[in-house]
Amino acid sequence: MLREMTLGQYYQVESRLHRLDPRVKLMGTLVFIISLFVSQKAVCYAVATVFLICMIKLSKVPFGYMVRGMRAIVMIMMITVVFNLFLSPGEALVTFWAFTITKEGLRNAVFTAIRLTYLILGSSLMTLTTTPNDLTDGMEKGLGFLKIFKLPVHEIAMMMSIALRFIPILLEETDKIMKAQQARGADFESGGLIRRARAMVPLLVPLFVSAFRRANDLALAMEARCYHGGEGRTKMKPLKYKAWDVRAYVILFCYLALVVLTAIVSPV
Amino acid sequence: MSIILDHINYIYSKGTSEEIKALDDICLEIKNGDFIGLIGHTGSGKSTLVQHLDGLLRATSGHIYYDGEDIYDDGYDMRALRGKVGLVFQYPEHQLFEEDVFKDVCFGPKNMGMSDKDAELAAYSALRSVKLPDDLFFVSPFELSGGQKRRAAIAGVLAMKPEVLVLDEPTAGLDPEGRDEILGLVRELHDKEGITVVLVSHSMEDVADYAGHIIVMDKGRVLMDGTPKEIFSHIEELEEIGLAAPRVTYIMHELHRRGFNVDTSVTTVKEAVDSVIGALWNA
Repeated sequence: MLREMTLGQYYQVESRLHRLDPRVKLMGTLVFIISLFVSQKAVCYAVATVFLICMIKLSKVPFGYMVRGMRAIVMIMMITVVFNLFLSPGEALVTFWAFTITKEGLRNAVFTAIRLTYLILGSSLMTLTTTPNDLTDGMEKGLGFLKIFKLPVHEIAMMMSIALRFIPILLEETDKIMKAQQARGADFESGGLIRRARAMVPLLVPLFVSAFRRANDLALAMEARCYHGGEGRTKMKPLKYKAWDVRAYVILFCYLALVVLTAIVSPV
Repeated sequence: MSIILDHINYIYSKGTSEEIKALDDICLEIKNGDFIGLIGHTGSGKSTLVQHLDGLLRATSGHIYYDGEDIYDDGYDMRALRGKVGLVFQYPEHQLFEEDVFKDVCFGPKNMGMSDKDAELAAYSALRSVKLPDDLFFVSPFELSGGQKRRAAIAGVLAMKPEVLVLDEPTAGLDPEGRDEILGLVRELHDKEGITVVLVSHSMEDVADYAGHIIVMDKGRVLMDGTPKEIFSHIEELEEIGLAAPRVTYIMHELHRRGFNVDTSVTTVKEAVDSVIGALWNA
């Protein structure tokens, strides 16, 4: 069940997008999100669609695999679409009973749906093509300027990468403890809400204990190897921009410029 | 009680690119009163196999019969099966969760539908049979030592009054003393209370000393099946799959090579002592 979640997972394949510097991909995602919110006209969305399709093709991640991750947000999407559809004031198109669908409402609903879908596809494209470690490395380097404001950028990045690393370990642990308790006749599947919540206690207590034990062991292991935070720490594989990274920045800039331009110029 | 495994196959992540065949056409019979040692290298499928015995994993194909009933039949009472086949996982102390040891041991029997009183009685006798000191019954399980925790966790399974006790590497991470305690306890349960035992291990000594019957697994298949003497006479084959005979068997082979008339098929220290004394007597 948990394994089926593709949102935020890495997809191992060799592609141009996978090889890009994580900072470029982070910036790219940011630019793409900005472009979605700048877009107020249909033409802008057409540009965004073309851009997104090209990127997905370039990433070599199967489209079906990406769409699977969308299932998680169907509910949220429905709610926003319905609200936009019925609650936008403007020129009435259809009226029945207490509901009115306006021209503006229809437009808003469609645009919001597209915006949300692209938002998810765009950001999952980043996580699918970047390993969690690269991602945190990219964040650490890319947000390094925040150190001026005394923000512990390295520590935050380290915490993020540890947290990400622990997800599969804890999933496995959960599975093991669940089976051990089932072997003692525990039942996690039947009964009402309260019964089920109570049934989680034999699972959660050992899981917490084990998480704390692992955290403690990890902290000791890090200290034993003289870890003392980011001060003066060097990287084994320092991030360096290559030719394609620069080209990617240029493409991103052109894309954003195009979207902004169409948003200003285009009549629809 | 009897368990029959009939052509069991199990494939991990079936239908994806990472398909792994963990069990390959396993046919086995576990008879009442057996003490079976299940040995094999890491990743040979031992743990996967024992999880099938109480229905935690469902075979991709094949059937398992408990007392002649197919456990994969619709409406088969899995929970009752899990009471009859007591499975003790690796590092069972990681499953402890209650406020005190006694309550934790009561968890299993209560799940089996015993009344509070019966469950408490079962818990009490289980804790007695694992020889946990009385003054530890009502302390938090997290305050016990490693060996004590493990015994408490084993009591948690024993309290369900299983007919078969399956232990997955029960001595992992214990010191020699703790190991002898746990294995002695298992032997006592088998000899005195007549519980059928399946002991999973990769320590040849553990298995040779205690089991009456050994099953060797390799790459998801049953490679050998016989008495310790039969199994450990195939030293070369065992070494090929990364296992070995008990150290004492090697010593006897070496003694024999040097001209002592000793029995090379012995597998336990006690037998070896007798054989060596006999050889010296006759010399």
